[in-house]
Amino acid sequence: MGFFLETLIGGLMAGMLYSLVALGFVLIFKASGVFNFAQGAMVLFAALAMARFAEWIPAWLGLQGSYLGTAAAFVIAGAVMFVVAWLVERLVLRHLVNQEGATLLMATLGIAYVLEGVGASVFGDDIYRINVGMPKEPVFLFEGIFPGGLLINKEDFIAALIAAVLVGLLTLFFQKTTTGRALRAVADDHQAAQSIGIPLNRIWVIVWCVAGLVALVAGVIWGSKLGVQFSLSTVALRALPVVILGGLTSIPGAIIGGLIIGVGEKLSEVYLGPMIGGGIEIWFAYQLALVFLLFRPQGLFGEKIIDRV
Amino acid sequence: MLYRENGQFKTSYAADQQIFPIAQDRWAIIGILVFAFVAVPLLVDEYLFRAILIPFLILSLAALGVNILVGYCGQITLGAGAFMAIGAYAAYNFHIRIEGMPLLVSLLLGGFTTAVVGIFFGIPSLRVRGLYLAVATLAAQFFTDWVFLRIPWFTDNSSSGSVSVSNLHVMGWQINNPVSKYLFCLGFLTIFALLAKNMTRSAIGRQWMAIRDMDVAAEVIGIRPLFAKLSAFAVSSFFIGTAGALWGFVHLASWEPAAFSVDRSFQLLFMVIIGGLGSIMGSFFGAAFIVILPIALNQILPVVGDLTGIEISTAGISHAELIIFGGLIVFFLIKEPHGIARLWSTGKEKLRLWPFPH
Repeated sequence: MGFFLETLIGGLMAGMLYSLVALGFVLIFKASGVFNFAQGAMVLFAALAMARFAEWIPAWLGLQGSYLGTAAAFVIAGAVMFVVAWLVERLVLRHLVNQEGATLLMATLGIAYVLEGVGASVFGDDIYRINVGMPKEPVFLFEGIFPGGLLINKEDFIAALIAAVLVGLLTLFFQKTTTGRALRAVADDHQAAQSIGIPLNRIWVIVWCVAGLVALVAGVIWGSKLGVQFSLSTVALRALPVVILGGLTSIPGAIIGGLIIGVGEKLSEVYLGPMIGGGIEIWFAYQLALVFLLFRPQGLFGEKIIDRV
Repeated sequence: MLYRENGQFKTSYAADQQIFPIAQDRWAIIGILVFAFVAVPLLVDEYLFRAILIPFLILSLAALGVNILVGYCGQITLGAGAFMAIGAYAAYNFHIRIEGMPLLVSLLLGGFTTAVVGIFFGIPSLRVRGLYLAVATLAAQFFTDWVFLRIPWFTDNSSSGSVSVSNLHVMGWQINNPVSKYLFCLGFLTIFALLAKNMTRSAIGRQWMAIRDMDVAAEVIGIRPLFAKLSAFAVSSFFIGTAGALWGFVHLASWEPAAFSVDRSFQLLFMVIIGGLGSIMGSFFGAAFIVILPIALNQILPVVGDLTGIEISTAGISHAELIIFGGLIVFFLIKEPHGIARLWSTGKEKLRLWPFPH
């Protein structure tokens, strides 16, 4: 029982990281109808920027070992993501308005290549560590209830907390602020939004910015857990089943879908894996999403208006 | 002046319905074929065969398959790499498990197996379309990656996980040097391209295009979506699977699942989108672009570095390649969203009227 719960919690933690990446997908898809394959590259780029600035800034300013240096690095990495968002809108999206979905998808793949190349040449292509001062030691919980207790990483716990806060902030932003309302209006209907004077281009910059910040948070959490390396950009592929499961247009769907996929992956790997030969994590999520797709094409929380054939 | 159909009168239905109704097109195609079959083997050196021509031919074949599905039937697929893998491994298993199996038969059986699997993975297309379908085909990609990596039966229990074939021959013709490999692939490509061209202008091709343009309307005029979509999946998978078998047998000779990873799928989709969706010619343009570009960048960048006096490291070159490759893709999509094939047909239209403006 204890082992099962540990696996479950491990799955939830992994799932939360998927949710963060999936969130970036959903934000951009909602606002601009672009299926952003570059989200993984954005996570990588943001994490690289964060890792390197956290090294460089203390060295330049003599802030060795203080939280101020890390905070400054975070702010600068955020600014970098803003520039990326602006450039993407300026150079790519603006010219591709009203193109087919497949063309836009390929364009984001192109963006992904460019981001990976720029990231590697500006920030280097080694493996970097991000240290934001999260406690690493594991703790045992509920020792009274289960023999041996439950082994939980404090770091995972804090990461989950950060993700929860981020989702809360995003929800507030979307529901309560003027900009958030404008974003939702654009998501609902581009033309109607434009006709009441919402500037589409600015909205796109904002939404790519928000997605960039989400990517930054996801990158920092992944990076401090596993180190920043190039395989991080494939995380987009891991997060795709999540958005399908949760629905392409739903923020809560991304969160809950992420948790389901995370738990499903871990449990299947542990309990089903030995039977059919291990390493099934990566396709299991896809098959889960596929089965789901057949019975509920709009995903868990997606809008009903899907092109059903 | 030279390129126009004035005066070419059709006097029979057969003449009216031939593949290339304009005489100049016919002669150009014959010229290209003669050049490819006769002149190229005499002129080109081995490196070009290995690095550019053979990959170009095989990937063109795969791109043709992808174009049938994506360009003609409108079903996005991100699983083309998986279908190549299925073709390669199926052909491999037929080849080694059945004593004395002729090479041609095992390659085609690889294609047929892929077609069957393709129909199976095409079933989601009956329920969903667009980006959702793309993700559904990604499921095929990751599943096959795993199957060929983890299930030893498919790789004949080889301990390293990689498989190899040797001693290829067709009816006494040894396929062991670059020229014979090139000719073998070229033969395949010629026949399959002809097949594809004819299929897309026959009843089945028109059904695919009707489904692509508007599936509800197509259904109303009596086209069965189930048949049209699954047949597109089958035909396209057959092409891709055969290309995969050729890629494994002729180009690589010894391969492992990583040769058919998701990057290959993206690459094939790039080819058809940059080349031109719904155009046989476009598949060739796209394949040429994607095959030659990285090699060209690899050759040019160090030269540029020398000229400008900037020392570029090997890693720097590979990063610059990524940036330029991505940038060029975005540039092409912005400048010509309908692909290089559109430029080609615009050029032909202009040529027809030349030198008069109207």
